[in-house]
Amino acid sequence: MEYLKLLGIVIIVVGFALKWDTTAVVVLAAIVTAVFSGMSIPDLLTTLGQSFVDNRMVSLFFLTLPMIGLVESHGLKEVAVNGIQKLKKLTPSRILNLYLLIRELGGVFGISLSGQVQFVRPLITPMVTAAAESKRKLTDKEIDLIKARSAATDNFGNFFAQNLFVATAGVLLIASTMKGLKHPVEPMQVVLASIPVAIITLVVVAIYNRWFDRQFENATGSSKGGKR
Amino acid sequence: MVDTLLLVLYALIGVVMAIAGIESFRAKDNPARIGTGLFWLIMAVIFAFGTLLPAMIVGVLVVVIGVLALFKQIQIGKIKPVDGVHAAQAAKRLGGWVFAPSVVLAVVSIGVAQFTKLGGQVGIGIGAAVSLIVAIIMTRASGKMVYSDTQRMVRSVGAAGILPQLLATLGAVFTAAGVGSLTAKLIAGLFPAGSHLGGVILYCVAMALFTIIMGNAFAAFAVITAAIGIPFVIAQGANPAIVAAIGMTSGYCGTLLTPMAANFNSLPVALLEMDDPLGVIKQQAPIAVLLLVIQIGLMYFLAF
Repeated sequence: MEYLKLLGIVIIVVGFALKWDTTAVVVLAAIVTAVFSGMSIPDLLTTLGQSFVDNRMVSLFFLTLPMIGLVESHGLKEVAVNGIQKLKKLTPSRILNLYLLIRELGGVFGISLSGQVQFVRPLITPMVTAAAESKRKLTDKEIDLIKARSAATDNFGNFFAQNLFVATAGVLLIASTMKGLKHPVEPMQVVLASIPVAIITLVVVAIYNRWFDRQFENATGSSKGGKR
Repeated sequence: MVDTLLLVLYALIGVVMAIAGIESFRAKDNPARIGTGLFWLIMAVIFAFGTLLPAMIVGVLVVVIGVLALFKQIQIGKIKPVDGVHAAQAAKRLGGWVFAPSVVLAVVSIGVAQFTKLGGQVGIGIGAAVSLIVAIIMTRASGKMVYSDTQRMVRSVGAAGILPQLLATLGAVFTAAGVGSLTAKLIAGLFPAGSHLGGVILYCVAMALFTIIMGNAFAAFAVITAAIGIPFVIAQGANPAIVAAIGMTSGYCGTLLTPMAANFNSLPVALLEMDDPLGVIKQQAPIAVLLLVIQIGLMYFLAF
């Protein structure tokens, strides 16, 4: 039964979907795939060990952790917060788009703070809410929308700019996996190929956020219920 | 030369992981401190001596890590957070200069990769070393402080930090087992190969869909690139770097759409005390779909 070796894929998909321990799931999937492709136990262990050692480059980002730890304990977050606070008195979309730009620039230099915890909750959401409220009182539903949009903007900037830096796990994973799949690529090539998506995201999301402003410009309240 | 330098870098990672291991053993309040310490020490051994050890031994060690994880013996535990007062004082003193080490890291890594024959990986290592030295000089941090920040960072990354390497390993095992050619044969029955655009659509949509199901684009990447990306897109002569890079970001469109990616889509709901559990995903959905379509176009036009 040749198809049994596809069981490894099934294990990965089901295991991640059911939130089993990810480390255990991946190791199990590798073992099952090897067993059903007809490898003996020593062969399996050798293949697993050799592949793991060959892919050490993916974990090179560990070398950057001492420096990141040091700047974090010396006020990286605090300086960023002070900077963003200077953006007061802007429209909601301006604040969101400047934050998006900052997040993407951070991606270029490999600065990836946990944005939702460190910026969106304490800083971005209150600032956007205040900016929108300067026109009129907001409904609870609108405040919820602002929270959601702020969190979404953080994810957009984080996801589509993180591959702009050579030493991120994503770029290293791509380079190492492609080497294993016999189509080697350099991390730097992956970075270059990720630039168009990062720029397009910046433009598309900026327009999307500009639209968001319209909801709050209308003085009578919710613009969506206007059809009746 | 490059290989020797890489061995030095891997040995340094081994040191960093050994530090995390020692401190994990010493974290008395972590019920899984023995397993967690063992996990980091095993990783340290694999990084420092991986090339000297027989591959079979490393295989056994990887299985041991899997077993530790299965029995929940690798736990981050409580880690002392950054000292807020110290950070605020340093922030006042350093101002914008606090970003300098990160910029140094990026510039040096890319500079070494572009202008020397040492390559990108050695570049990252040299960049990391130079930027650390810059950070130490700037912050005038003591050795003790560097040690304590290192162990804090590495330990808080936890087992999730080696997931990318494990997934790349899985990709290599898939290749050795011939999984890619088999799935290609299977899918070719349903979906005719040979069309550039068809292959690109199949790969990008599959990346997004599998990420939606699995909640993790990295995991989807290892599987789908072997099964679809290579046989249906790259085998037709597409540029592998462009296909792989855009394939991964197509997967991120799936991340934006799935409650499975709890860190990104559910955590903010709790953190921001929102009423609608799918609120963040609803705001992301239009952009995710639009970016997926745009990326299909990008891959089709740029890779061929």
